[in-house]
Amino acid sequence: MSRPAHRRPAYHKIGYGIGTRLVEDFLARSCVGRCHSYSEITDIIAQVAFKMYLGITPSVTCNNSSRNEFSLILDKNPLVEFVEELPAGRSSLCYCNLLCGIIRGALEMVHLAADVTFLQDRLKGDSVTEIGITFLKKREEKKYRRKK
Amino acid sequence: MAIFSVYVVNKAGDLIYQLDSYSPRAEAEKTFSYPLDLLLKLHDERVLVAFGQRDGIRVGHAVLAINGMDGNGKLSPEQGSSGIEMLETDTFKLHCYQTLTGIKFVVLADPRQAGIDSLLRKIYEIYSDFALKNPFYSLEMPIRCELFDQNLKLALEVAEKAGTFGPGS
Repeated sequence: MSRPAHRRPAYHKIGYGIGTRLVEDFLARSCVGRCHSYSEITDIIAQVAFKMYLGITPSVTCNNSSRNEFSLILDKNPLVEFVEELPAGRSSLCYCNLLCGIIRGALEMVHLAADVTFLQDRLKGDSVTEIGITFLKKREEKKYRRKK
Repeated sequence: MAIFSVYVVNKAGDLIYQLDSYSPRAEAEKTFSYPLDLLLKLHDERVLVAFGQRDGIRVGHAVLAINGMDGNGKLSPEQGSSGIEMLETDTFKLHCYQTLTGIKFVVLADPRQAGIDSLLRKIYEIYSDFALKNPFYSLEMPIRCELFDQNLKLALEVAEKAGTFGPGS
């Protein structure tokens, strides 16, 4: 599905900025400890974080056997509760990319690289809203050098 | 004041916030950094500072405990250690809380002051509320947010009142 190039990055980028800061608020308030697997991380995102900030709990499915691709299935998307259908001429808008950006920004702050995209969207006629998270190879923890 | 200083260190190791409450006993203000600039040696079964001077910790100061273990505990963050959480000396206790994102909150307090762990968590909340939600604050930069200062001082007062008579943490 093609989207106007200038629109797609914008929401994701805004979401990324939100996510990098939101993660500290989340960690400060939820007292979750270190996770030991990608599925644990995805469960916490779905059951603790989404619940805390959006009041919904998406269900989690794992999409591949190497256990690094997951989907969050949202039966209710609070961001679009009052949207019946996308305005004419804007049918390619995917402003819920904000959520994908937030998740990606938050994961990056805890040193986890991930690709987060919308796989299905109710607004576009799919049956459910589905966010896909693909964990990429963990970045080596760089030894940070003091800036002189 | 029983809490001498609060420091916030970012991921790269730069000091982004500092709050000092001076009192006659607070000679030993220590900046938290690794590797330590002090040379420690074993003398008479105590670990003493043999060489090096850092912000008030001078030659002759004794290290009482690290992370709650006696002076023979590991100092190095390598080999499975997660870094200093608490450093005890005869004049102060240094507490450090490292978040999963790499920010470190360091508090220097009187050794008898209790409730520092919950104070560190509270400082983390204050940081996320008043520094991160400030749109003019850039991540990893020095914190210059008035609300952060005010709320931090408030939290320190509350912690001091609550903790002075409790058991040492």
